[in-house]
Amino acid sequence: MTPSTAPSAPDLPPPIGIVGPIGWLRQNLFSSPASSLVTLALGAVLALVAFELGRWAWSEARWGVVTANFRLFLIGQYPLEAAWRLWLSLFVVSTLSGLSAGTAGGTIRTLATWLAAGQALLAGLAFLSELGPVVSGALLVNAVVLWLAFFLKLGRFVPRPALTWAWLLSIPVSAVLLAGVGGTPLEPVSTNLWGGLLLTFLLALVGILLSFPFGVLLALGRRSSLPAVRLLSTAYIELIRAVPLVTVLFMASIMLPLFLPGEIRIDRVVRAMGGITLFSAAYVAENVRGGLQAIPSGQIEAAQALGLSTYRMNRHIVLPQALRSVIPANVGLFISLLKDTTLVYILGLLEILGIGRAVLAQSQWFGAQMEVYAFVAAVFFVLCYTMSQASYRLEEALGVGQR
Amino acid sequence: MTPQQPPSGGVRRSHPDRHAAVPPWRDRRVQRVGFQVIVVLIVGLIGLLLWNNLTSAMARTNLTFGLGFLSQTAGFEISEGLIPFAATNTYGRAIQVGLLNTLYVSILGIILSTILGVMVGIARLSRNWLLNKIAAGFVELMRNTPLLVQLFILYFAVLLQLPGIADSITLPGSVFLNQRGLFLPRPDATATFPLWLGFILAGILAGLIGWQVSSRREAAGRPTYRAGTVGLVTMLGLPIIGWLVAGGSPVAFDVPVRGRFNFAGGLSLSPEFLALLVGLVIYTAAFIGEVVRGGIQAVRRGQIEAAYAVGLSEMQTLRLVIFPQAMRIIVPPLTSQYLNLAKNSSLAIAIGFPDLFNVSSTVANQTGQPVSVIVLVMAVYLAMSLFTSLLMNLYNRRVQVLER
Repeated sequence: MTPSTAPSAPDLPPPIGIVGPIGWLRQNLFSSPASSLVTLALGAVLALVAFELGRWAWSEARWGVVTANFRLFLIGQYPLEAAWRLWLSLFVVSTLSGLSAGTAGGTIRTLATWLAAGQALLAGLAFLSELGPVVSGALLVNAVVLWLAFFLKLGRFVPRPALTWAWLLSIPVSAVLLAGVGGTPLEPVSTNLWGGLLLTFLLALVGILLSFPFGVLLALGRRSSLPAVRLLSTAYIELIRAVPLVTVLFMASIMLPLFLPGEIRIDRVVRAMGGITLFSAAYVAENVRGGLQAIPSGQIEAAQALGLSTYRMNRHIVLPQALRSVIPANVGLFISLLKDTTLVYILGLLEILGIGRAVLAQSQWFGAQMEVYAFVAAVFFVLCYTMSQASYRLEEALGVGQR
Repeated sequence: MTPQQPPSGGVRRSHPDRHAAVPPWRDRRVQRVGFQVIVVLIVGLIGLLLWNNLTSAMARTNLTFGLGFLSQTAGFEISEGLIPFAATNTYGRAIQVGLLNTLYVSILGIILSTILGVMVGIARLSRNWLLNKIAAGFVELMRNTPLLVQLFILYFAVLLQLPGIADSITLPGSVFLNQRGLFLPRPDATATFPLWLGFILAGILAGLIGWQVSSRREAAGRPTYRAGTVGLVTMLGLPIIGWLVAGGSPVAFDVPVRGRFNFAGGLSLSPEFLALLVGLVIYTAAFIGEVVRGGIQAVRRGQIEAAYAVGLSEMQTLRLVIFPQAMRIIVPPLTSQYLNLAKNSSLAIAIGFPDLFNVSSTVANQTGQPVSVIVLVMAVYLAMSLFTSLLMNLYNRRVQVLER
């Protein structure tokens, strides 16, 4: 027999002023008179700015400057008849990313997702521009191949070492495809013709990839117990970090040719890559040093107790742990490097910002500054924002700072 | 009983019969010295090789080393500077003008971006959703686009598109904005200024004393008798009294007057300077905002609750509990933001503001001594960076001592 209780009052809905949209408004926008005032003032300003911007972007802005020059923004003056080589090397990278992403963990997966989305977006934009449906289709195929390899986990059928080697090989293969070799069907394409987003990406990618080994060595050197090694590494890192990138680029563009024997000529793009590499090595070194410091000293002591040599200890114990934990920081570095590549404009290279300046010099687009720079800013925003979001997620996945 | 063995390599030497003598290439100490010698040799050899190539290349192209060019006549004009400069002055003075411009824009930029950055950081913590999201949007927009693009937008797409002199935008207080820049009234000292200055200094002194007394007593847990407020009122009141006592305004404003082609008088800021300063300030403020937010959020919730529990007011909690602890976390990354701002001021070259790097690259082109000029410029930036780090480290030490 159940104990009899007085019939309870029916459950009333919560007061309308505390939950639901009105409650949310009250809590977040009108919690106090001061807060209400701030909300109203900011709301008014925001509405005004949004309205003006919208009106400008919709009716006044001449976006034709972007669509008419889209090819320049994307690949610079890279000859259209050789552009298939770009899409092919992108295809190689896409396939490998898809294969790796299917089996590997979060890092590559996030980057691959992002690469696929980026190519799909580019395909859409290319469709609207003079590049036309063929280029657009090629880019779309890349994105689809990447997704398929990713989702079907095709990486299962490829042994891991083979994939690693394929990745390592993809770098020279891409370089040969892009630059071409004299006397073969792959006509050489002078780096003077490289430009736009292609050059922006190449500078940043080459910068981060080449500076990585150098940076790891510097970081190990700075933590070394050998005074001479420590002093040299520290001096290099601190000197580079103290000076602006422009001065390093300037030095690379003027002094690199002087440093090399007279017969060797290096072109401007390679000089800029050299400058960026020298510069980012110091920053990679500081990132890696952070990773090295995060390794519990017990790991090192255990390695020493086992009698491992310094080389083996670093190779098998220290670096695998340290490098894993600095991936997010290096993604951050890649983002700032991507933004910093705009500085090569000062050396006269036509990366995406330089292309923008060149486009503005065309007489029919005179006065379209805001459109061009807004477009360039938007491209960077999309790239950097998505990458930084990916790196936050990566950071959480790796549990950096929680160990 | 044998004495305890020393834990070092001495063990081996003391028992030659138990352990075979270690060959020198296996000896840890020999290895250490040897490795360093090899590294130094390699670096030295590379350096020597580069130096050799450099000197031969310079001999081939008739370039020379040395700083002798600094005393030669420059022969080019500099658009603006804190000290007068004419084409007849030396290269050395040109570089001085550039350095002063860099320092000027950096110091102003650091002060303004700190103020704006703290505001952004606090806005990011606001419970007002709209304010919070606007600050977040600002931070993301600034952090994810290149500074150079921002500078171009500010300079080419905004400031240079402003109306000409005749149609200047007029703001209240005789402030004019046009494509030649910003024109403001310039305060000039009059004869009664020194007297007034005395009152201001006395006011500041009174304010400092009041603040010191107040914070000492507060720290000791004794009543403050509102010494801080009294000091503040005195600090603000004395200059007003001084203004009346001095008889006749101590400051006269030189108001810009529109001429046919340009404004005469007043304080004028060129569009190059404005674009660089504003660009650097808003860009750095976004980063400083995140630093400030991180620092404040790192103060444990329990600390704040404890402060309220012992009866501190909201203001006291902020001043005595949150602020000192947040500063410890904020100062180191803030230092690197300041250094970034100073380094980023070298982007001035892209919009034509004559900063150190811009002037130096002109000098390098004209003298044909790029190597010396680059080394000089890098040394100056290094010195500036070291000096800022030193100052901020001193401040950091002070903040850290407050820990307990």
